[in-house]
Amino acid sequence: MEAEITLTVDGARRTLAVDTRVTLLDALRERLGVTSPKKGCGHGQCGACTVLLDGRRATTCLALAVAHDGARITTSAGLAGTDELHPLHQAFLDHDGFQCGYCTPGQICSAAGVLDEAERGWPSAVTANITDITDTAGAPALDAGEIRERMSGNLCRCGAYPNIVAAVAAVAEGRSR
Amino acid sequence: MIPFDYRRAEDTDGAVATVAGNPRAAFLGGGTNLVDHMKLGVAEPELLVDVTRLPLDRVDRLPGGGLRIGAAVRNSDLAADHDVRERYPVLSQALLAGASGQLRNLATTGGNLLQRTRCVYFQDVTTPCNKREPGQGCSALEGYSRYHAVLGASRHCVAVHPSDMAVALTALDAGVRVQGPDGERTVAVADLHRLPGEHPEWDTVLNHGELITAVELPELPMAARSRYRKVRDRASYAFALVSVAAALDLSGGTIRDVRIALGGVAHKPWRATLAEAALRGAPPAADEFRAAAEAELADAQPLRDNGFKVPMARNTLVSVLSELAGEELR
Ligand SMILES: Cc1cc2nc3c(=O)[nH]c(=O)nc-3n(C[C@H](O)[C@H](O)[C@H](O)COP(=O)(O)OP(=O)(O)OC[C@H]3O[C@@H](n4cnc5c(N)ncnc54)[C@H](O)[C@@H]3O)c2cc1C
Ligand code: SF4
Ligand code: FES
Ligand code: FES
Repeated sequence: MEAEITLTVDGARRTLAVDTRVTLLDALRERLGVTSPKKGCGHGQCGACTVLLDGRRATTCLALAVAHDGARITTSAGLAGTDELHPLHQAFLDHDGFQCGYCTPGQICSAAGVLDEAERGWPSAVTANITDITDTAGAPALDAGEIRERMSGNLCRCGAYPNIVAAVAAVAEGRSR
Repeated sequence: MIPFDYRRAEDTDGAVATVAGNPRAAFLGGGTNLVDHMKLGVAEPELLVDVTRLPLDRVDRLPGGGLRIGAAVRNSDLAADHDVRERYPVLSQALLAGASGQLRNLATTGGNLLQRTRCVYFQDVTTPCNKREPGQGCSALEGYSRYHAVLGASRHCVAVHPSDMAVALTALDAGVRVQGPDGERTVAVADLHRLPGEHPEWDTVLNHGELITAVELPELPMAARSRYRKVRDRASYAFALVSVAAALDLSGGTIRDVRIALGGVAHKPWRATLAEAALRGAPPAADEFRAAAEAELADAQPLRDNGFKVPMARNTLVSVLSELAGEELR
């Protein structure tokens, strides 16, 4: 069965007909030529396909494209304007946060989600006192432990983890100052 | 994946009628489990009815003091909900211990409850599995069983239910609101999932076409002092080997009330009624906690690879209760 859907991808409105079996990831990569999100596992396990879906980080390999008709998608390539680097891009360069780069667009989108979630006061599994809801302004602080936990859905086969944590920490610090 | 039709549900009545009327139809939540199974050939629905845009996406306070969680509320939103964090922290912690940030943004309350086992043989259509194909036999019985059950299993299936959220909900005495073709009913979360018995193909007591519309948390002041602890093979982003959800109510040096559920040990979230009974009225001491845990686990029947789960469950339970009791025990 085919269905017509419209997606706004990195600011551009795109309408296409997709088989209901097509995932959001395959619609982006194979149908729209948007190759920033990567297919690592296809089973939700690696995070390489992470984008911002209506502003929130989400894996796209288990999401059906038809189920997201009308969605606004931001990939790592669209995070900053054309020819510009987002602070996260710059930090990954500065801190050598990748080797082969395959996981990087997913890492970047996930990190953007992490920063946004922390700004909204969302706790993580390692947040000490989650019952304390008074401090929603910028809390909880994103120390290395928080970053590792919040980024744990993004695997890196090159093992660039220490530098990824440093890159995300640098941007988080810049923001909280 | 076999071809299928997709429909976006307009209202709950229509969604229920459509799925109930077609044995090969299924509800679709975030798809993080169902679409995975469709890719693997484990599930082959011919019609998906997407229920994520139904107006079931709110967490509301109930008149009696509890909370009503819509079935389409995303796991991430539920974990961050202020009422949940303050009044039922065990639920926030359980959700945050599950999957990853980008999966929790997709996963729904209803889909999380009805996610299926992660047994490797269940997910691999080339290996025999009674849950997937009744009568084929169970590959885990003599096979790789590190992640499998130690309580309540049968010779037909030794799988465990993988949800962290469901373990917390079981400890909290939550109820599941279900709508079927013949009307609505409430099923206690503790009664939602089945033990495998002779029919491991039935995960839950729900009938085909019954839609989960909400989960209701009762008013439970003691849940403000509650906790979830998950033990796994890596620090994050892994399913539980063993987990404990507990809430403790102390007064005047004794345990007035206690709620305990174990995850990773059975085909359903395991409400530890024996341990609870042993602890009510007892002093909050480490040896009491240990005796209660041992009573609960007395009938445990480990498999080839998971004998460690019995002491692990005991120790985790003792540790969580000790922390809740706020004492320097050991
Ligand atoms: C890599 C990975 C790691 C994970 N780690 C964990 C973990 O550590 N802990 C954990 O608990 N979970 C974990 N999960 C599982 C995850 O929590 C579930 O996949 C998710 O909660 C399912 O929700 P969903 O909305 O995506 O469900 P779907 O996949 O859409 O649906 C699941 C099932 O529920 C049915 N369904 C959905 N909504 C309803 C409804 N309202 N009424 C009736 N039936 C319904 C569907 O028909 C289907 O059978 C992990 C998943 C992945 C992919
Ligand atoms: S334990 Fe259950 S799910 Fe796993 S192979 Fe055996 S029957 Fe299948
Ligand atoms: S490709 Fe989506 S999580 Fe691996
Ligand atoms: S940089 Fe190669 S996988 Fe991460």
